[in-house]
Amino acid sequence: MRYAETGFDLEIDLSRGSIEKVATDRKLAEMYLGGQGTAAKYLWDRVPPDTDPFSPDNLLIFSTGLLHATPVPSANRTCVNCFSPQTNLMSHSLFGGFFGPELKHAGYDRIVIRGKAKDLVYLYINNDKVEIRDARHLRGKGTTETGDCLKKELKDQKVQVAAIGLAGENRCYMATIDHNHASAARGVGVVMGDKRLKAIAVRGTKDVNIARPAELFNLSLELNRKIATSDGCGDWMADDEDDSFHHNHFSWGNARKRIKNYWSKELQERWTRWKHDNMDRQTGCYNCPKKCRNVISWPGRKRFGYKCFGKDTYHMAAFLELDFTYEILGVAQEYGVDSYAMPQVIAFALELLQDGILKDSDFPGMPADTKGRFFYLLDKTVRREGIGDILADGVSRAAQRIGNGAEKYDHNTVKKFEQLPIKLGKLNPAFFLMIATGEKMSITQIEGSFPQDPLPTPEQRRAFVDKWAAVPDEKFKNYFLNWEKRDSLTPEATCDIVEWNEAMHYLDDSTGICGFVSSFRGQFGGDVAYHMNNLPQLVSLATGFDMSKDKLWKTAQRIRALVRAINNRRGLRRRHDRPPEDHWAIRNEEYEQGLLSKYYAFKGWTMDGVPTREKLESLDLGYVADDLEQRGILKKSEEEVAA
Amino acid sequence: MNASLATKTIKEILVDIDKCTGCRACEMACSAFHAIPRYSSINPSKARIRVVADEINDEYVPIRAGDYTPSECNGRHIYTIAGKQYSECSFCGASCPSRDYFVEPDSGLPLKCDMCETVPPLAEPMCVQVCGDDALTYVEYEVERDAKEQPARGEVEIGLEALVKKYGVEAVLKSAAQLSKPAKS
Repeated sequence: MRYAETGFDLEIDLSRGSIEKVATDRKLAEMYLGGQGTAAKYLWDRVPPDTDPFSPDNLLIFSTGLLHATPVPSANRTCVNCFSPQTNLMSHSLFGGFFGPELKHAGYDRIVIRGKAKDLVYLYINNDKVEIRDARHLRGKGTTETGDCLKKELKDQKVQVAAIGLAGENRCYMATIDHNHASAARGVGVVMGDKRLKAIAVRGTKDVNIARPAELFNLSLELNRKIATSDGCGDWMADDEDDSFHHNHFSWGNARKRIKNYWSKELQERWTRWKHDNMDRQTGCYNCPKKCRNVISWPGRKRFGYKCFGKDTYHMAAFLELDFTYEILGVAQEYGVDSYAMPQVIAFALELLQDGILKDSDFPGMPADTKGRFFYLLDKTVRREGIGDILADGVSRAAQRIGNGAEKYDHNTVKKFEQLPIKLGKLNPAFFLMIATGEKMSITQIEGSFPQDPLPTPEQRRAFVDKWAAVPDEKFKNYFLNWEKRDSLTPEATCDIVEWNEAMHYLDDSTGICGFVSSFRGQFGGDVAYHMNNLPQLVSLATGFDMSKDKLWKTAQRIRALVRAINNRRGLRRRHDRPPEDHWAIRNEEYEQGLLSKYYAFKGWTMDGVPTREKLESLDLGYVADDLEQRGILKKSEEEVAA
Repeated sequence: MNASLATKTIKEILVDIDKCTGCRACEMACSAFHAIPRYSSINPSKARIRVVADEINDEYVPIRAGDYTPSECNGRHIYTIAGKQYSECSFCGASCPSRDYFVEPDSGLPLKCDMCETVPPLAEPMCVQVCGDDALTYVEYEVERDAKEQPARGEVEIGLEALVKKYGVEAVLKSAAQLSKPAKS
């Protein structure tokens, strides 16, 4: 018997209309856990590196995490992977909610989708009954609207639906896949739309078995209580009405302008009133005691939900206030667009208009006021109408298509992907490495275990490390104890910290655990529920594997190296590992490149950013080294060059 | 009359639907607790508590499994509470043919909440223990028995009554008399 897993994949070919239930090898989970880890292995094995993301051969993989549908709390984030037309690299995306656990109860660990349907279809999974169904009646419908329609049509409120909106249907690069009020961004909605797959509806009523039941359940109960009561877990922004952090420090408009003293008491009172006068409730994801999502009914708009910085992006891009975000967010969510990337695309277009690179004639019928303009451009973009057809490719590609100097306005992307609008003064070395080399594309998916800033006094630092259960190694306590200024960490410490931060995300995204109780959250307070010291035990109890801390750390590194190699095979090299040039005002190219070289050496990568044979073999990835050598990406003697 | 006969213990799970976040941890924990062996499998569709959730309507109501009923009710009420419409089904714990709640998905047998009664007893039913937001709370209190109230009947009594209904009291007495004779050696 398989524990924690079902042991089966669902293989769908939309071109041929075929559906197969395929048994999987338990060793896959031991090597790659599940989620992004196993999906990376599939993309490596089955999608040749020259495959166009819009080719029918691109795979779209919906994965459960290894710990989904076990009693382990907050393990509910579904992972979606494919190759993205925006970056031409591996897309990494997640959404919370109920979809992954439901899929496991239906009897599948993942859905692997290839091919393209002729017209819109949806996939209906009800345990062993799986059908590709006509979805032409859902054309143009919003994301939650689609979910609602399918629940009525299938006469089952317990069906869990993931759907694309107009943006995905029209192959907008910022398109998301939405499930209830959670959405998966960063390049997956566009591929789902390209495959003409409007939605997946899943319902499952099967058991998921646990290897060592009583121990795992009791431990899960303890974790449930910890997560429920700890301030170190969850999204504090759901309740904390003081959002001076983002508004005073992040940049407004097209990631241009910081307004350092924006926040005020009077503003906070007004915004708090807007929220509480219109908030229905706070909701949570499957088997998680936190309630991170605020659900808002704004007059005249559809009910929507948001978490974290998602409540700020639209009004900050537009230089407006929270009421504008509340007005537009529900509309954007139904269209299914990334609330991080989309506002930047609009602000970028309006800046080009203001500076005369785009003309009024490019925006026929656009209203004069900012609110009206945002709605106009949102609508044009998701429909790919007029200028919207260009903007729908994202800032970086749109800038290239527009030309005429527009490229200079593409100043906040990495590897052609829109970054958080952060513009700071002095370089932070760890953040330099994370933004440069992180292949999850957004800093929120890379940072998170080691605090962002030192504490001012030795006493405070001592108190912090004394209760710091999450550290994988005592050396991190020493780093923190002796850390006085942001940039005073040694390169060695910086490399260690970056590796730890990254590793936790690679583990979360393979086990399905939410970053808000694990990888992302430790940097704020340190008191997370999941870490290197309890994850091995949880994985062992759930699956029956003999997982140790060393093995799990190695597994995280294995997945990381595999993702790097996948992207190397598609052309990723050192020259792409660059943060936005204006991310920090004060730069030192020599220092930065020196640090990058040290990091590559630390990771066991060549000076061009490719994992060496020696490193790959130490991670049981000899087959990857063979392939990279065959393609000439790794030279046979390259490990000596790296050394 | 001694105290234990004069009073009885009432056990209740109180539901505050304004506090429910719809996380369904209660379903998970219930299915784990009732799995055989205990905690060996997870399956919310076997839970004896279900969250009736409708995100579009902002409706989140945890309901516990009550009695089995062989037929649907005739005509369900629609209740409007604080501007939102709820079907009567949203509050009904019956295991009934109109929906797949509270029916064991493989066998089709009805499921019923037993308040996690076990030896030794739990401090609180498992669904309450995992509810992080106090949408579910457990209360236990003593009430005085009504003087006219009959003490609860045992299984033998209930079974005998069914036999009497079917075969008549005489046949049952005769059989009982026969069964009570010592077996011939």
